[in-house]
Amino acid sequence: MSGVLVIVEQRADRIARISWEAVAAGQKLGASLSLPVSAAIVGAETETLAAEIAAKGPTKVLRVEHPLLAQYTADGFTLALQQLIEKESPAYVVFPHTYQVRDYAPALAARLGQVLISDVVDISDGPIFTRQLLQGRLNGNYRPTGTGPCFVSVQAGAFRADAAETGTAEITVFIPTIEPAQIRTKPSEPFRGSSQTVDLGSAQLIVSVGRGIKDAENISIVQELATALGAELAASRPICDSGWLPMERQVGSSGQTVSPKLYLAVGISGAIQHLVGMKGSQCVVAVNKDPDAPIFEIADYGIVGDLFEVVPALTEAVKAAKQ
Amino acid sequence: MKIIVAIKQVPERDAQVRIGEGGKRIDEADLQYALNESDAYALEEALQLKEKHGGEVIVVSAGPERVGQTIREALAKGADRAIHIDCDDLGRRDALGVARLLAAAVKPESPDLLLTGLQSEDLGLGQTGVIVAELLGLPHATLILHVEKTDSGLTVKRELEEGWFQTIDLPTPAVLTIQSGGNKLRYATLMGIKRAKTKELRRVTASELSVESTPVVLLEQVALPHKQKSTQILPGSPKEAAAALVEKLKFEVRVL
Repeated sequence: MSGVLVIVEQRADRIARISWEAVAAGQKLGASLSLPVSAAIVGAETETLAAEIAAKGPTKVLRVEHPLLAQYTADGFTLALQQLIEKESPAYVVFPHTYQVRDYAPALAARLGQVLISDVVDISDGPIFTRQLLQGRLNGNYRPTGTGPCFVSVQAGAFRADAAETGTAEITVFIPTIEPAQIRTKPSEPFRGSSQTVDLGSAQLIVSVGRGIKDAENISIVQELATALGAELAASRPICDSGWLPMERQVGSSGQTVSPKLYLAVGISGAIQHLVGMKGSQCVVAVNKDPDAPIFEIADYGIVGDLFEVVPALTEAVKAAKQ
Repeated sequence: MKIIVAIKQVPERDAQVRIGEGGKRIDEADLQYALNESDAYALEEALQLKEKHGGEVIVVSAGPERVGQTIREALAKGADRAIHIDCDDLGRRDALGVARLLAAAVKPESPDLLLTGLQSEDLGLGQTGVIVAELLGLPHATLILHVEKTDSGLTVKRELEEGWFQTIDLPTPAVLTIQSGGNKLRYATLMGIKRAKTKELRRVTASELSVESTPVVLLEQVALPHKQKSTQILPGSPKEAAAALVEKLKFEVRVL
């Protein structure tokens, strides 16, 4: 067994940034262990994308191609990659931690008697893989102890996509054996949820509210602060799940990704699913009663206190400053 | 329809967590526990499917004795019976080890559908349902918001990233991991709480299930995360802190 294999994901015929981050993570791992790094792309037609990957420095690019892989299915991808891994026998397999990877990589690892170390944020000597516990309150350091390939998926934003190297790789085609009957699920084409009328992505100022608000009726105090600032109102997932604000105001991995000048988080603890949607903000302010809330790890300014006291005081102070 | 829901007891969201001695585990002393949120949505989906189509809802959960309390809550909400996989070493098993326990307990029941939350709030591995499906040889789908029974199986609505969705048709028996927010959660009624006390709660020990437990991945150390930014905490009364923040917004962030 040798080498690091990175599985690159295509979405609507392009490669998203998180896959380049996975390539960079694979290269970091390869460099620390003196192992060659190869990359694989799965689909029905992968020629163009394979050429794009080849320029990012892996020694080899594998085009895993089959007509039955045109649309993603867990069964198809698991079968195809199982065969590829058995042939290539890599020591490490690195994935981007996407919804698609979450859907099949745990089964792929289990089929080979292994466990995916999911949502990794750092790789250090050993190798030790760091991932977050308790919604980001603690870090856990994991060490693989198995004898088979070690499966790892990396969190969005944890590795720098521009750290991927450059070069020209050899490109080969791998054709897995898949029968139509082996694919048990029939997926539809993806569709958009509701028509999006709120474009948080271009907002300069955002006031965002989380679970700490406790009740739908209390949202008005945060709305008043947003109005005073001239900011858009946004929310973390639980608020939209409860129907207190529409889904289109949700920031995070399942909602919108924002990068305003100011992101003021009220009563948001900072679970990673939320942070990935807003950590590109220029200035983050957090108001939270829990001084250990993970949101403070990425905040520039923090107020530790009861939001029901702090927010009205802040609204008044903003209004006064604007007069 | 016979539906099994795999649920997990996790530390309460606001619980103060401390690192245990030796830095290898979370200190469990004084921790309060609750039902994992997406598992609560999985239970809700199961109860609604039963109300529409009839059948039985069985809850399964692995962990030490304290897990019994969370199981009783699920029974109070309307599950018909429960299986408690009694084991004290859950934290030392990796995702495959835990999934093997669940698969071994579920298999003899031959359910039409196995539901679980998409991810636990404590370890956040997001894998258990998918691995159990693999171990049982069943088709699966993840991040599901809505389940509809059809003549040939199920049609489910799956969440994709950035506001996209898709539907998936799959045959039963199947495994689904449920995303939060698809339904409105119910509370247990007084009658439900009363009834829960008489419902069947079967205990089975991990050793009775005789599954392989040697982990291939070890949690070696837990630590406080590194700060990514140095946060300036603005002290004082709410009024003082608000005034200090407005100063910063005006003169340093320059958004006022």
